[in-house]
Amino acid sequence: MFLGIETEFIAKALPLYGQAAWRTVWVAACGVALSLIIGLFCSLARYYRIPGLKSLAAAYIELARNTPLMIHLFFLYYGLPRVGLTLDGITCGVIGLAFLGGGYMAEAFRAGLEAVSRAQIESGLSLGLSRRQMVRYVILPQALAVAVPAVAANTIFLMKETSVFSIVAVADLVYVFRDLIKEGHSNENLFLLTIFYLVIILPVSILFNRWERRLRRDGIGH
Amino acid sequence: MESAISIFLEGRNLARLMEGVWITLKISAASVLLSVVFGLLVGLLMISRKPALQAATRFYLEAIRVMPILVLLYMFYYLPDKNWGLHFEAQTVAIGVFTLWGTAEMADLVRGALTSMPAHQRESGRAIGLTEGQVNRYIIIPQAVRRLIPGVINLTTRMIKTTPFIYFISVPELLKVGQQIVEISGMKNNMASFWVYGFIFFLYFLMCYPISCFSAYLEKKWQN
Repeated sequence: MFLGIETEFIAKALPLYGQAAWRTVWVAACGVALSLIIGLFCSLARYYRIPGLKSLAAAYIELARNTPLMIHLFFLYYGLPRVGLTLDGITCGVIGLAFLGGGYMAEAFRAGLEAVSRAQIESGLSLGLSRRQMVRYVILPQALAVAVPAVAANTIFLMKETSVFSIVAVADLVYVFRDLIKEGHSNENLFLLTIFYLVIILPVSILFNRWERRLRRDGIGH
Repeated sequence: MESAISIFLEGRNLARLMEGVWITLKISAASVLLSVVFGLLVGLLMISRKPALQAATRFYLEAIRVMPILVLLYMFYYLPDKNWGLHFEAQTVAIGVFTLWGTAEMADLVRGALTSMPAHQRESGRAIGLTEGQVNRYIIIPQAVRRLIPGVINLTTRMIKTTPFIYFISVPELLKVGQQIVEISGMKNNMASFWVYGFIFFLYFLMCYPISCFSAYLEKKWQN
């Protein structure tokens, strides 16, 4: 016993939580990576006012940002098999997170793109840069730098949202917690659940903070 | 499509879904109201010049932000019951935890609104002979409120989108009700889960989208 916590139970449950934490990180990483791609694609479609794609992206962003992840997951996991599309839990989790995150990331990138000044674009054009060169060397580097704080906040948000994945049978931290707490030891299980989420999220949060500070110090994105 | 409609017309299904909506909205509204009140207080503490207060509020904000809300829900659902023999209703736990989270977010909004106010606003007010109270009443507070309101409205939609989490502590919110309907209707109609969860998706959109639009409208209107 230590501070009212049974160390024996902790030692026994630790590997289960460790495994689940690894799975949580892995699924979150896939979801965040996909949401960055979707977000960038949607924000560029809107920025360049590509006919058709522009309104499609706008509608998608509103849908993603105004509905909760748990509903996306229920629909993907329980609803879609009825129309002939059966996906396993982890796939549903990644797709759900990417669907939700894509909308949030698109808004983060949009704010970044809007912050690139007219003068920057005109200077690039007057230098004779092609459209592709403009995006690659002038617009994106500046837009991404401005978007970093919002992208960081979204990433942390998405990592926390993975906590609901047990409803689609992904054996993540909460899944292990719900399973083990049936036999009691609520203090020990809560302790492990909290510690493992801290271990996953805190380093990411600290790294992003440092990155933001460095960007600010270098005056990039202002 | 006909089979879809029949699911909602059967028994009290539609009425039960609306009760789920009501619980969702009730818990969100209570949590947002409490968060705004406490958030204003904590936000003012955040900009105080006392280092201890600054550190304490900062710690509170960071600790809440790093934890998934679901973990906080579980903490307040199990810990008081197990260790101090205090049993709270699941809905009380929900409002308590959402308020704890909302207060942190609101406090940060308040801090942001006040610290981003240019110093010359206060100085100009003082220069034309206004008292400290008048400066706050006529210059600082009206501007701070305009900066805050879109954030508060956004907090409301975020709160609504967070309510499905209370499914995990067995509050009969929208999703739980949907699941119960699917369990029963699904035996007769195998499209039940598709339509019911699709409908709930639509209901959430209906709750959040108008609020989001209103916030965007205000933000645009008050930009200058």
